[in-house]
Amino acid sequence: MPEAFIYDAVRTPRGRGKPDGALHEASSLALAVTALKAIKLRNGLDGPEVDDVILGCVDPVGEAGGDIARAAAIAAEYSFRVPGVQINRFCASGLDAVNFAASEIMSGQHDLTIGGGVESMSRVGIGASGSAWPVDPTIAIPSYFMPQGVSADLIATKYGFSRNDVDAYAVRSQQRAGAAWAAGRFAKSIVPVTDVNGLILLDRDEHLRPGTDMAALASLKPSFGFYAEQGGFDAVAIQAYPEIEKLDYVHHAGNSSGIVDGAAAVLLGSKQAGERLGLKPRARLRAYANIGSEPAMMLTGPIDVTRKVLARSGMTLADIDLFEVNEAFAAVVLRYLQAFELDPDKVNVNGGAIALGHPLGASGAMLLGAAVDELERSGKGTALVTLCIGAGMGTATIIERV
Amino acid sequence: MNLVNFRFETDANGVALLTWDMPERSMNVITPQVMDELEQVVDAVGADPAIKGCVICSGKNAFSGGADLSMLQQGAAEYARTQKAQGEEAAKKLFFDTSRRLSQIYRKLETCGKPFAAAIHGVCLGGAFELALACHYRVMADDDKTKVGLPEIKVGLFPGAGGTQRVARLMQTGDALQFLFRGDQAKPKAALGAGLAHELAPRGEIIERARKWLIDGGKALAPWDAREFKNPTGKVFSPTGMMIWSAANAIYRRETYDNYPAAKAILHAVYEGLQLPMDQALTVESRWFAHILRSKEAAAMIRTLFLSKTELEKGARRPASIAPSHLKKIGVIGAGFMGAGVAYVSALNGLEVILLDKDQPSADKGKATIDALITGSVAKGRASADEKDALLARVKATENYAALEGCDLVIEAVFEDRAVKAEATRRAQAVVGPDVIFASNTSTLPITSLAETTLAPENFIGVHFFSPVEKMLLVEVILGKKTGDRALATALDFVRLIKKTPIVVNDTRGFFANRCVLNFIREGHIMLTEGVPPAMIENVARMAGMPVGPLSLNDEVALDLGWRILTATRQDLGPEAIDPAQERVLQFMVEDQGRFGRKNSKGFYDYPTGGKKALWPGLSALAKTRLDPESLDVAELKQRLLVVQAVEAARTIAEGVVTDPREADIGSVLGFGFAPFTGGAISYIDGMGCAAFVALCDRLAGKYGSRFTPPQLLREMAANGESLYNRFGASSRAA
Repeated sequence: MPEAFIYDAVRTPRGRGKPDGALHEASSLALAVTALKAIKLRNGLDGPEVDDVILGCVDPVGEAGGDIARAAAIAAEYSFRVPGVQINRFCASGLDAVNFAASEIMSGQHDLTIGGGVESMSRVGIGASGSAWPVDPTIAIPSYFMPQGVSADLIATKYGFSRNDVDAYAVRSQQRAGAAWAAGRFAKSIVPVTDVNGLILLDRDEHLRPGTDMAALASLKPSFGFYAEQGGFDAVAIQAYPEIEKLDYVHHAGNSSGIVDGAAAVLLGSKQAGERLGLKPRARLRAYANIGSEPAMMLTGPIDVTRKVLARSGMTLADIDLFEVNEAFAAVVLRYLQAFELDPDKVNVNGGAIALGHPLGASGAMLLGAAVDELERSGKGTALVTLCIGAGMGTATIIERV
Repeated sequence: MNLVNFRFETDANGVALLTWDMPERSMNVITPQVMDELEQVVDAVGADPAIKGCVICSGKNAFSGGADLSMLQQGAAEYARTQKAQGEEAAKKLFFDTSRRLSQIYRKLETCGKPFAAAIHGVCLGGAFELALACHYRVMADDDKTKVGLPEIKVGLFPGAGGTQRVARLMQTGDALQFLFRGDQAKPKAALGAGLAHELAPRGEIIERARKWLIDGGKALAPWDAREFKNPTGKVFSPTGMMIWSAANAIYRRETYDNYPAAKAILHAVYEGLQLPMDQALTVESRWFAHILRSKEAAAMIRTLFLSKTELEKGARRPASIAPSHLKKIGVIGAGFMGAGVAYVSALNGLEVILLDKDQPSADKGKATIDALITGSVAKGRASADEKDALLARVKATENYAALEGCDLVIEAVFEDRAVKAEATRRAQAVVGPDVIFASNTSTLPITSLAETTLAPENFIGVHFFSPVEKMLLVEVILGKKTGDRALATALDFVRLIKKTPIVVNDTRGFFANRCVLNFIREGHIMLTEGVPPAMIENVARMAGMPVGPLSLNDEVALDLGWRILTATRQDLGPEAIDPAQERVLQFMVEDQGRFGRKNSKGFYDYPTGGKKALWPGLSALAKTRLDPESLDVAELKQRLLVVQAVEAARTIAEGVVTDPREADIGSVLGFGFAPFTGGAISYIDGMGCAAFVALCDRLAGKYGSRFTPPQLLREMAANGESLYNRFGASSRAA
């Protein structure tokens, strides 16, 4: 079986996902094009070398609809022979895009592929593409549908994470992200988003507040309690986990992932393709896995999928030097740490989505790129990247520096 | 046209009047014959160019109560016949076609090209209201008696003749779902506000107003058949729709614990229907309706909550040879919470009541309780100030036994103590004599032994009310060994008069309801000692279908009461008669901790003033070990809580305490809220089959103890393939 190597990884900065965010005037297409153009220029891909472009996008409607991957490839001035496909597995879409792109190489069908993702949450809006899952009784009822924030509060309640615990985690994420920016740790991957004249719209992540502290977070009101109680979702959570008397509402805007705009792309290829183009491999994609997890708790899929990917690759937790666990909500990472009794200093060392933001379809590719950068910087060997996913799923990828 | 159930006449203006007036019935109901005739009328109106349109009204005191539910049972029989003769597929097809017939007739009425108007007075419910909804115009009489509603959900069904689709196109989606889920009846003003009626008019003018609408050019076009029609809430797939539907699904689960398929079918029918044009939407509704009609929940709920309930209320157990008792005046001795409740419901239904207690202040306190109850009803708009005054005038509070003179029935509700009760009975009988029927509202003392202290044991009977009396629908009527037919007939006449549902049981410790419900509470105690998390006990009980968890219920009843009963039982019957785990729990709570329940604001729950109750953290001390919830089988916990009650219900039948399975079912649902979707404790057993139930009992007995051991009777029945209904039901008692 051919191996899939990672030759490059780029991302846009993450703009605040609101009308006053710096990337609000940039379309979804513009964001995807920024990432794809950078891959093309940095690796001299002038011809039809790329066999496929796979982009994750969670709300692929309107300007992001109609296969934005193909549109972005053409607009990024790739050869018209470079095709594209858009995929959606909610929050892990960007990592799944990378995994699928790797599979095309591992299966021997393609030589050079791009995996990535894009989401303009400020322009398209979360949930804009609709879904049967929350609304059709056929699926909403058996899957114990509840908003993800309520599931996050359910995790905190069930596994005993207090408001203090989740806020402390959020402060740490902010501090780590701030320190990483200060030390230039994202420099290798960040591609500024520019206007038609080449003027910079944004070249730094816009959402983070490295100066935040416990006192500042303590002033925020829980985000999901009112909706949980008015909408009946607290009862749904309790019927799924009847040992719980009532939910503790601990999550709020400050300890949940930020709503942001952004795009990312990862260049993958076989050994031969890299040699042919004179590219130096940075990492090898060793294994990946997908899994479904209990849908009411929904966001504990990273634990299940980590067990699965380790077992499949014949590895143990001790073989992993670095973890990137998407910070959808603080309790997701805290539960991951608790379940595996992990050293927190191995996990999300440069902060995560609480500080930096979570552009849904792009985040997985961003986390993978961050892992590649950090392995190189620290000289460590292996990293495991994983994200929790709506409706109860998990995706994980293990990479190895080469 | 050859009409039996309707009168049809057309006036000079070409306006037809269809008067629904079924012979030999006090209330119009939808029967197959009514459907046939209605279809003839629709065809005739549609075809006759001389007829402009048609007004539909009722010739009775009310419009109609809806469909004849026994028609649905015939449908099930027909299904079985077709399945046998022609196979499953043919049976399904026939059942679908038959069960949608009413919906199709209504749609034909709506689209025949001639305008129809409904003139509604009195109740207009279920299938009858669906007829009105299919009419192009609805005029309602603006009076207290007139109400419209779709109560099908209460018997495990849902409106299957267009009701879900038309309501969801008239009202905002959230309001429509609530209206359909609750099965509430809307008064005229509320109906007008909700868009369910077009016009209100005095009772005598509704037909004229409907006629006027027709003459003034009323259109034969339903709003949803107009090209420009939009749903009141817009599209299902819209930001608003996403909010409404995600919450609707969650609220469905919150309210039903996913135990009621009919409620879920409402969600399906409305969700799917709102995305379709009307004709297809109605077809989808019909598909769900056929599905629900064949559900075991609908069958069980119709049998218990409609058929059996009606039969028992109409006197199924009343000795026919005794003439009606024509009660006018009753005496209630004991003006405490129960006595005042009994006096209240009696006065509410027109009886003169003597409310007696040991001294005047105690009697007055009872009357004040009654005043508070009726004042609450006035505040809620359920009674007028005049009705309140009249009710209070009917109740005389006194300390004087002589006031009992002339009572047709005396009910004693004094303290649960033999001597106190005997004294009250003696003094009362000294006034009214031995012939007046005397009833005791005891919940614990055997009727037979109480009867011995009276002048005429044959005239003595138990009437066990449930608390709070004004809300609880059940009365347990208890026959002592010597209780005579006249006492039974009088008690049942009384229960009927106060609009409650009676069950008749033979005398035994705890009668019927308390025996079952105490088992439920004890199972909660035992689970607590096993180390099941307290919240899990409570939540799982509700998930099993009980209205409250065993710990909550025990807090309401009072823990010290349970502790007193337990210690008395130990004294009377020895230590084997009590459960050591339960003894440990109650001793700890009552003796060690002084936690008596809600009454002293601390029981299994804490009751902070002004705050929500919360489980007391100290309960962890009662757990032998801390069980990991992940290791617990929720399905089995649910089974334990229901089976421990059902097996006790079966024992009462085996012992001859309860003689009619309908009474055990009604008693369990109305008395203590036994999972209504099962149809009651006996239907729960029959529903899974005696053999399966016995196997389940044996498995639970093996794991948890002999309290689950089934009576020998059930083992025999399991071996013979019998059900409790076919062995003890109405057909077996024909002799």
